[in-house]
Amino acid sequence: MSATSKVPLKDGMEGFVSDWASDQRAFKGVPWGKAMMWIFLLSDTFIFSIFLISYMTARWSTVEPWPNTSEVFALTVNGVSVPLLLIAIMTFILITSSGTMAMAVRSGYQKKRKQAAALLYLTAILGLSFVGMQAFEWSKLIEEGIRPWENPFGARQFGSIFFMVTGFHGFHVSVGVIFLFITARKVLRGDYDTGRRGFFTWQKGRYEIIETMGLYWHFVDLVWVFIFAFFYLW
Amino acid sequence: MAEEGQEHPISTYLWVWLLLFVLSAFSYAVDYVGFQGFTRWTLVLLFMFLKAYFICAVFMHMVWERMALVLGLFIPTFAIVVFIGIMGFESDYTQLSRKVFFDTGKPPTVYAVPHSKEHSKDHSGDEAH
Repeated sequence: MSATSKVPLKDGMEGFVSDWASDQRAFKGVPWGKAMMWIFLLSDTFIFSIFLISYMTARWSTVEPWPNTSEVFALTVNGVSVPLLLIAIMTFILITSSGTMAMAVRSGYQKKRKQAAALLYLTAILGLSFVGMQAFEWSKLIEEGIRPWENPFGARQFGSIFFMVTGFHGFHVSVGVIFLFITARKVLRGDYDTGRRGFFTWQKGRYEIIETMGLYWHFVDLVWVFIFAFFYLW
Repeated sequence: MAEEGQEHPISTYLWVWLLLFVLSAFSYAVDYVGFQGFTRWTLVLLFMFLKAYFICAVFMHMVWERMALVLGLFIPTFAIVVFIGIMGFESDYTQLSRKVFFDTGKPPTVYAVPHSKEHSKDHSGDEAH
């Protein structure tokens, strides 16, 4: 229970004003871990925005033609070239993992320990396959002669923007996968039921941690939505 | 108010999941069908914002959070909009000066077409880079 539980909280815009003007914690009714994760994600939003804005600047200011992503990222299946096939599969995998993550949060709050752990492991494995496909995509493009400083298809900024943006996103996915495996193991072991202390923070965890973990994972999916639209489809 | 977690019916998640699948399929179809120009950009942006909205709103539980958190996170992102405007203006100007001062008058560079025969001859297994 929070300290303000005696005073009923207002809703909507009135609540916004009174929460921020309360001379207390501004984010009422949420655990601190979740508020902190949100603030971290806001700062991460700025980082990815800066990457995408620098991409926009490079692409709008270059006098060379920009490589046609529809052709660069095409895959040949049975002799037919399908545009953006791998990217589309990666998009669907990431959305699927977001769905399983959302359900893991729900199972966690219902204290369905094994179900939550299974969904978390599934999310982690889907994330891992995303990273694997990205590694495949990178090696394929490197083989075709795309470098951060040049490429055979057009403006040379293409390579550096591609490796920077997808690399930073892939790094986020990889970190997420590691933490998903850690969280899944803790859930399965029943750490959040028994109050077992964490190996690093030495704090007792609660099932809310799955929701905080979920926020990060959905954010990774969210960033991919923007990369998919601006880098691959534009 | 207790610090309570977000718990919602599983059908909500499944419907949004399905919706995101459909929206992704639509945005992929934009490329597959090969829309160009204004139609392409409008559709890409439309599907992008719809997907972003549903991920934020339902998966990240934004619609159920208090206004203090929602606006505390949403308002700062307007700085990004301003930055996009500034850099858009800047890149226009940069391109103009490149055209005015660095145009050599030579014919433009001819680039390879991805997955064409010419390109694979030049680059497959080429370790000389």
